[in-house]
Amino acid sequence: MKRHLISAADLSRDDALLILDTADELAKISDRSIKKLPTLRGRTVVNLFFEDSTRTRISFEAAAKRLSADVINFSAKGSSVSKGESLKDTALTLEAMGADAVVIRHSASGAPHRLAGWVRGSVVNAGDGTHEHPTQALLDAFTMRRRLGPLDGRRVTIVGDVLHSRVARSNVLLLSTLGAEVTLVAPPTLLPVNVGSWPCEVSYDLDAMLPKSDVVMMLRVQRERMNAAFFPTEREYSRRYGLDRDRVARMHDDAIVMHPGPMNRGMEIAAEVADSPRSTIVEQVANGVTTRMAVLYLLLGGADLGGEIRQ
Amino acid sequence: MADAVSHAQDARAVLEGPDINRALIRISHEILERTKGAEDIVLLGIPTRGVHLARRLAGHIGRFEGRPVPVGSLDITMYRDDLRLRPARALGRTELPADGIDGKVVVLVDDVLFSGRTVRSALDALNDLGRPQAVQLAALVDRGHRELPIRADYVGKNLPTSKSEIVKVYLEENDGRDAVLLLKGEER
Repeated sequence: MKRHLISAADLSRDDALLILDTADELAKISDRSIKKLPTLRGRTVVNLFFEDSTRTRISFEAAAKRLSADVINFSAKGSSVSKGESLKDTALTLEAMGADAVVIRHSASGAPHRLAGWVRGSVVNAGDGTHEHPTQALLDAFTMRRRLGPLDGRRVTIVGDVLHSRVARSNVLLLSTLGAEVTLVAPPTLLPVNVGSWPCEVSYDLDAMLPKSDVVMMLRVQRERMNAAFFPTEREYSRRYGLDRDRVARMHDDAIVMHPGPMNRGMEIAAEVADSPRSTIVEQVANGVTTRMAVLYLLLGGADLGGEIRQ
Repeated sequence: MADAVSHAQDARAVLEGPDINRALIRISHEILERTKGAEDIVLLGIPTRGVHLARRLAGHIGRFEGRPVPVGSLDITMYRDDLRLRPARALGRTELPADGIDGKVVVLVDDVLFSGRTVRSALDALNDLGRPQAVQLAALVDRGHRELPIRADYVGKNLPTSKSEIVKVYLEENDGRDAVLLLKGEER
């Protein structure tokens, strides 16, 4: 495994499986009365969040704390960034404080990649612009594997705003590495131009995909990024691409429904679907902590030998 | 691992085939004797080979007493004191019996007792998992050179070694045969 986790494409199949297997073992920690391991004692993890986030930041914080690392939370609001400090100067400050890992979320695609050139610690991408969100993809894969078993040959349908979704891109990359067959379903306006080069299929017809899917992953319609007329009305979007009870009825019995959150209930997913036993939405949050523990352990737990991981 | 052996001319077999099971049967009797019938014991093997040894011990004790003995595994990777000396390791499996370890006599089982650091890590790990009534230690081979105040309650074989020598344990479940080999240091 590399020293940083910036893109899901950084992970080989062996790396990804190592992370998922490690997470499987760490999942047992959350059932114990003492939910803490001494492994990262004395290491510092900085959560550097330039964009709003609740679950990802809390999830990383919980993961680092369960491994006994010291956590410093940094959000752009209320910091020197609002006085105009650049990313590089912020990075140099963190470097001077001796951060062993920096978890970064930024609205600019590529910010974690830049940061990795400025700090000695490991950089973990917690979402950069419309680019990638690799730990989300890992926790999704972990959730699928727990429900369905190995992912080879499993059919995953990802529905919605693929254009703005870092979750979709990371998932496509990781799931294809793990041997799953991914199909993206979206209105043509919400697909990236170069989607033909992604390792997945594309469809515009959700109803045709439902019966053959083992996993249906709904993406949030990102209202904050809907600055052009991507679809006529929310109602029309919801009717063609929203997951309601009738559509769920067409899925096979063991198929699961996923959503990375936060949800727009009634828009891309109906409330009763989100709360149904097929839905893994709450599990995904719990699995997020476990998966991020695995990532932090594998990046920081061993010797600093250029991030090499040996079995 | 198989390679290392085939190259090693100086490998001396210390225990072979049936010797290992004879030692385990003796240890099983000792556990029964010391714990007065092994009423409340839980055998916890330390991965990888400790787990196989713990299962064998549980099998023997179960047969002598005519009832199943709880057995599990205890991975100590996250508690090691030398994590920073090597790249991050893959985790082993921790599986506790359904009744847990609170109030039980836990017998830790490992293949080779050397510096004692693994056992220290195991004690730390146990501390986070519950509060046993007592903790005992069984090792197939005690090769000396302790770096911590730790000793085994049950030993299959005391094996005086030099620090440069290597003790290798092979078990049927893992390696296809039962043997304990002593390799000269140069083979490293």
